[in-house]
Amino acid sequence: MRNTQATQLIFELSRPGRRATVLPPLDLPVPAASELLPAEQCATEPPQIPELAEGDVVRHFVNLSTLNMSVDTHFYPLGSCTMKYNPKRNERLASLPGFAAIHPLQSAESIPGLLQVLYELQEMLAEISGLPGVSLQPAAGAHGELTALMVAAAYFRDRDEPRRVVLTADSAHGTNPASAAMVGYQTRTVKSRSDGLVDIEDLKAKLDGNVAVFMLTNPYTLGLFDSQIREITSLVHQAGGLIYLDGANMNAILGIARPGDFGADLMHYNPHKTFSGPHGGGGPGAGPICVRDFLAPYLPQPIVVREGDEYRLQTGSPTSIGRVRSFFGNVGVLVRAYLYIRTYGGPGLKRVSEDAVLGANYLLSRVKHILDVPHGDRCMHEFVASAAKLKKRQGLSAMDLAKRILDFGFHAPTVYFPLVVDEAVMVEPTETESKETLDAFAEALFRITDEAADLAHNAPHTTRISRPDDVTASRRPVVRWVPEKGDH
Amino acid sequence: MTGYLFHTDEDRRQMLAAIGADSIDEIIDAQVPADVRLDRPLRIADGLDEMSLEAMMRQLAAKNASAASHLCFLGGGAYDHFIPAAVDEIASRGEYYTSYTPYQAEVSQGNLQVMFEYETLVTQLTGLGVSNASLYDGGSAMVEAVLMAFAAGGKRHKVVTSDAVHPEYRQTLDTYLESISAEAVVVSSDAAGSSADSATSAGVIEQIDDSTACVVIQHPNFFGRLEDVEAIAEAAHRAGALLIQIFDPVSLGLLKRPGDLGVDIAVAEGQCLGNPLNFGGPYLGIMACREVLIRRLPGRIAGQTTDRRGNRCWVLTLQTREQHIRRDKATSNICSNQTLLALRATVHLSLLGPQGLRETAEHCVRKAAYARDRLATNPRLRIAHPGPVFKEFVVRDIEGDVAELMQSGLDQGILAGVPLGPWYPELDDCFLVAVTEKRTREEIDRLTAAFAASLAAV
Repeated sequence: MRNTQATQLIFELSRPGRRATVLPPLDLPVPAASELLPAEQCATEPPQIPELAEGDVVRHFVNLSTLNMSVDTHFYPLGSCTMKYNPKRNERLASLPGFAAIHPLQSAESIPGLLQVLYELQEMLAEISGLPGVSLQPAAGAHGELTALMVAAAYFRDRDEPRRVVLTADSAHGTNPASAAMVGYQTRTVKSRSDGLVDIEDLKAKLDGNVAVFMLTNPYTLGLFDSQIREITSLVHQAGGLIYLDGANMNAILGIARPGDFGADLMHYNPHKTFSGPHGGGGPGAGPICVRDFLAPYLPQPIVVREGDEYRLQTGSPTSIGRVRSFFGNVGVLVRAYLYIRTYGGPGLKRVSEDAVLGANYLLSRVKHILDVPHGDRCMHEFVASAAKLKKRQGLSAMDLAKRILDFGFHAPTVYFPLVVDEAVMVEPTETESKETLDAFAEALFRITDEAADLAHNAPHTTRISRPDDVTASRRPVVRWVPEKGDH
Repeated sequence: MTGYLFHTDEDRRQMLAAIGADSIDEIIDAQVPADVRLDRPLRIADGLDEMSLEAMMRQLAAKNASAASHLCFLGGGAYDHFIPAAVDEIASRGEYYTSYTPYQAEVSQGNLQVMFEYETLVTQLTGLGVSNASLYDGGSAMVEAVLMAFAAGGKRHKVVTSDAVHPEYRQTLDTYLESISAEAVVVSSDAAGSSADSATSAGVIEQIDDSTACVVIQHPNFFGRLEDVEAIAEAAHRAGALLIQIFDPVSLGLLKRPGDLGVDIAVAEGQCLGNPLNFGGPYLGIMACREVLIRRLPGRIAGQTTDRRGNRCWVLTLQTREQHIRRDKATSNICSNQTLLALRATVHLSLLGPQGLRETAEHCVRKAAYARDRLATNPRLRIAHPGPVFKEFVVRDIEGDVAELMQSGLDQGILAGVPLGPWYPELDDCFLVAVTEKRTREEIDRLTAAFAASLAAV
């Protein structure tokens, strides 16, 4: 049954003279390329890439695909990543040549249908966030954060306020401080209380006229909605700072609460999470941002604007921070987000969040007697459990749970994040899983905690490989294939 | 209700009973204060069923011109290259596109091995020792390369570049440099074409000094012309600066590899390797560098190791460079890569092989030369630069009405070129024409005829 064509590398499958691609005959009254290009610019050899037949290529990559877990094949409760079902109709429709074959430098007049889609998406994102200024340009969530911080920096520059500090929560995603550093800000960390909420006293102590932005996530990383959010945002506003909302957890609050209404001034969306754009094995995503009206003049351009029935691309604003990438944005991902939102509509989106909350709370209620959930027995769309007691009592760490659950045919939850929870196990089931799947996952966890711990220490047992040696990989990096002696 | 939800009323009732709540609202109200709850429905139209959604989208798609409905001669960093069916087939497997970052290596060997193969292909193409698993796009890869050079260059604060580097890449760089104390010196490349050589090199070399962290050169450049990369590399290294080359992957079917030209960091837009145009994204940022720079490389890297049973396998490696560990000290804030597009590029290159890539490049060069010869026969048009080009070139309209020429092309079903005026006021009478292997002799003749028709109309 097992097939070595997956695990051999394409370089090892290569045989001299094999080929898949044949170009049409070239019949032109011009000289060969070797005469058109200067000899000193040309390589003497063809590129040193492998030689394969089409059948080799297809069998290799199809077999390789079967070594992945994916949403199409498995329950994937990876906390903070929102691994929901990726609708097939969106794949079909985003691939229509009338969208997918548009060149980025075509004139706006030649693409009214696409501009209408993008304009309506801007409007829908503004409505969902309660923040009217929208840029679709950023290429990923982290890129959206960076762009929003650049917008904030331009705003303060305009006001002659040399604020130098960005505050981040200690439970925040690592991209928050990394993005702030790239915009030249010093970062300071605001502590969480033992219940996970922002420590208001610590925030007050760190708030002064030097703070530009407080970056926070709400619902925050523990899967809880910070009930002090009004107080936090007004404290920051009183100190003249801005609130940035990391939109990673928007799947919990669609149509329930809007960042603009609870005090956020800037935010990004992760359409590949919230709006089901597939995760693509790690990318592409997109990171559109929404801002308050007084920040909109600083957004990157182009932005789609509507004049009567016409759509055009607005550029050339002198206050804009400029571009943050080449071309318009990750349009393929954005079109899928548009399709997703149009499929559910306003009331449907609220139902999405309600079912996401229901699923997470249900799973929490099923597992809380075996897995400690330090921050209470209710949550929004995800919860963070701790394996600390299991580890002490039975020697089962978060890593052991993650590895053993793979043997039951489930992807692992996120583990060891957020850093503020010891032996963290972060579970986000999403709204597109049935009660039966959630039950089966809970029962697999029960079995693991009943088994001998050794089974988990050596897990997974059913996968082709188990517990790769990361330390050696990092200490002696092998990051490209090199032919062994005797290979051609 | 339209959508993808699972729960029946009975499911919801049982789940709420297990939770011990009367309603979902009760769970939410206990956490979300009443004064921040939205007290009205979202103002977004009701949901659409699949048939209605498809009908609407087909109508909207039909309103757009595209490289599928029109003959495409547009370039400037994105190209209408041929995409073999096997690329689409493989990339449409759910095991690839509905998976995520390989946090659990045991159930992500498919993606990890693809990343490793992709990285190896990039090193083979570029002649450089190490590649990351990809970045957002060509423009942000260029910016990341510059930031890498600043980090490696200590107090050096200057980047020297040329106006023959993609204008949107330079605009992106300007945006990033606004935040840090660094300056970009942009050398004029004689874009207007008064000399036969491509001509950035002399001007660029002149600007390199001991405050220069890096030089950024595009070869073939934005106008399709070839640069003297070796001379620039020598000058850069003499001054202790790094050389960054933006390359065209397809051109490496014929041209010398960046590593063989003395380049330290090579970046590219990988759209041309099996990825759809998509109005600008998602695209594929390719980045490779010399091995000594490996720990400064941004983005994910897949590496080879063995598992506890001794099997060869792949993992994400050198993660101590990255934001989830280093936070504000990370080499970059980037926490993703374009795996799906890197997969497409890997499959595409596997299908092309050395001969296919070489022949593709040969087609580009000769078809561009043919198009140039044909357009030059139109008395209204001039070829701006006489020297060699790879797959695109600049055409001047002596009537100075590029918009009219482009419109007449569009009216005849042709996306005829990219007007240069918006980026280069001095080239307001010029446009860029790109010719890939996909264009046939007959199609190039149609472009020529379309312009001849507009000549007749003048």
